[in-house]
Amino acid sequence: MAAIPLRIDSVVKRFGEVTAVAGISLDVQDRTCLGLLGPNGAGKSTLIRSIAGRIRLDSGGIQVFGQPANSAAARAELGWAPQELALYPLLTCRENLEAFGQYQGLRGQALRTAIQWCLEWAALTDRADATVKSLSGGMRRRLNMAAGLIHRPRLVLLDEPTAGVDPQARNRIFEMVEALRTEGTTVIYTTHYMEEAERLCDRIAIVDHGRVIALGSKDELVAQSFGGRSDVLMHFAGTVQNGAEWAASRGGTVEQGVGHFSVDRPTDIAGLLDAAARDGLQVIDVTLRRPNLESVFLQLTGRDLRQ
Amino acid sequence: MIAVIVRTGFRALRRDRGAFLLAFILPIALFSIFAVVMGGMGSGGTARVSVLVVDEDGTAVSARLVRGLRREPSLAVSASPYTAATAEAAVKQGVAPAALIIPKGFGANPIAFGQGTDRQPIRILHDSSDPVAAQVVAGLLQKVVMTSLPDSMAGEGMKYFDQFSGGLTPRQRQDMESNLSKLRGLIEKRDRESNAPAADNGNNAGGLVAVDMRDVVGENKRSPMIAFSAAGIGVMFLLFTASTSAGSLLNEAECGALDRILSARVSMTTLLVGKMTYCTMLAFLQLTLMFLWGAAVFHLELFTHLPGFVVMTVATSFAVASFGMLLATVSGTRAQQAALSTLLILTMSAIGGSMFPRFAMPDAMKTVGLFTFNAWAIDGYTKVFWRDEPVSHLAPQLAVLIGAGMVLFLIARRFARKWEYQ
Repeated sequence: MAAIPLRIDSVVKRFGEVTAVAGISLDVQDRTCLGLLGPNGAGKSTLIRSIAGRIRLDSGGIQVFGQPANSAAARAELGWAPQELALYPLLTCRENLEAFGQYQGLRGQALRTAIQWCLEWAALTDRADATVKSLSGGMRRRLNMAAGLIHRPRLVLLDEPTAGVDPQARNRIFEMVEALRTEGTTVIYTTHYMEEAERLCDRIAIVDHGRVIALGSKDELVAQSFGGRSDVLMHFAGTVQNGAEWAASRGGTVEQGVGHFSVDRPTDIAGLLDAAARDGLQVIDVTLRRPNLESVFLQLTGRDLRQ
Repeated sequence: MIAVIVRTGFRALRRDRGAFLLAFILPIALFSIFAVVMGGMGSGGTARVSVLVVDEDGTAVSARLVRGLRREPSLAVSASPYTAATAEAAVKQGVAPAALIIPKGFGANPIAFGQGTDRQPIRILHDSSDPVAAQVVAGLLQKVVMTSLPDSMAGEGMKYFDQFSGGLTPRQRQDMESNLSKLRGLIEKRDRESNAPAADNGNNAGGLVAVDMRDVVGENKRSPMIAFSAAGIGVMFLLFTASTSAGSLLNEAECGALDRILSARVSMTTLLVGKMTYCTMLAFLQLTLMFLWGAAVFHLELFTHLPGFVVMTVATSFAVASFGMLLATVSGTRAQQAALSTLLILTMSAIGGSMFPRFAMPDAMKTVGLFTFNAWAIDGYTKVFWRDEPVSHLAPQLAVLIGAGMVLFLIARRFARKWEYQ
């Protein structure tokens, strides 16, 4: 039986008094995309660096396709795009790819083919001979990803690849990740943007204080936290007298003139509307919304994801 | 508002160790070095001139002269084992900047007041790479003669008295006046001639003792001091270049490229060897360019000394590259490395002879200078270009430069462990 791409077993890493990773265990199946979702300082990057073999663990172990992380065999199967722009700024795109390809042991035709693939994948063919310092932020991000994947690894670590890029450039990066997934590459994707995790990842591990506090698909995570309940947002006309008391009596809250309620079934909205009409409240708009990952994070930690 | 700006500036300076080091420590360090080099530590620190003395005469007069030279505090005299030939060879090899040879027959007629033609001149063989030493030895020789050979001076005086006074008769007085007038004419003539440029061989026949000076090393050189300049300045800038290029390690560490490289199929040792090779090659090219410029513009005899140049340049480049690697691995940030390298390189260059010739330094400072690459590199290039010594004579310099380079590289490898894993 073939080894799975990634097995993380009870990993602990401390930096002095700070425990960055506090006993994380995860299995990542072939051809899937696992999102590590959590706020800054949650331990995502430390976990990624541990998988890349760049951190000496205090305890636990990591295996990449059955080989210990940092072994030569594991390195050959692993590609890593760090959060920082780990590029040579004075070299061109092609020269950067050539250097990192050679560091991965590529030579001759294999190297040339890999460089061409990277340039096309990152949509940088027309900027191949431009120096990194002359590229836009989004282009640099794409080149940063390509440099980590030039040896066409089967497992890819993308550490916040959209950090600091505009929405348009972010979409281009999403397309790159989706292209990887189409090819069957296994991807570990860290982010603190829930929409990225929702769009790209099959499974999501919510990380906080060095621990995985929830794991599953988006729907599973929402179901774990909220069951089948949905959010209802109710906008009232004019100033609502005693609105807070009214909402509280029906298990909701009012913030800035908007009532927030939770319902088991969408049809429960009718009961709320009837009650509002009975009590003289004029409702001008109602929204039914499924809880998202941010709601899950808020539910699990009591904090906002971007805090 | 101005106070806020000033306070902010000082706060930032206090927290920027590199800038703090450059602002306060470096000037004090360099000031101290130059103060010591210039003899600021008192008379005990004044440089002494080494001179090899060969007594071919073997008379009581020459022996007293040798004793007088040995008593002279500004000279460091080495006498016993040398003959004229071995002393000349020793000067050529740089053992001492000058040799003083007292010829056979000197004791019979050591002193003349004026242009004596029947004297055996004392020969001073010197190395003009130290332009001060020969002049100091020649000047002190005249002084020592006066203090060590008073009987000879008195005898010579009596001779002159007999020669010029002729007794106290009117006839004798007239003769004396006449002869003194001639002597004055001779002195005036000598004074007039002394306005003319000195002869190339630096003969000093007009003193109490006749002196024949000869530059035994640089007499056939077209541009005697160019090799010194190229080596001295070259090594100093090589150190800066090596420091900067090795500092790319810190750039890569700061931007994450180092992590990415080390997560590929590259080990830290391979990476450091690669960086070291790059720095060595860069330094080699830099020095080669400098010496080629010296050959093209300043008539440096590069192409007749190629083997020595190549081995010295390889060894020097390797040593400075390892120094750069050590600085890069010891430093935590690029700013720290810049401050540390500026401090160390300027200090090494000052005491190692890149800024100020080592022969003019006090003995203690000369010894301290041996702990710098600059001193060994300059010594090696001097052997090649100035003394025309074969490559085999470069063994001490090559051993020190390559040996120290290897040690520094191993230390750098040890410090680089901080980047291997966190």
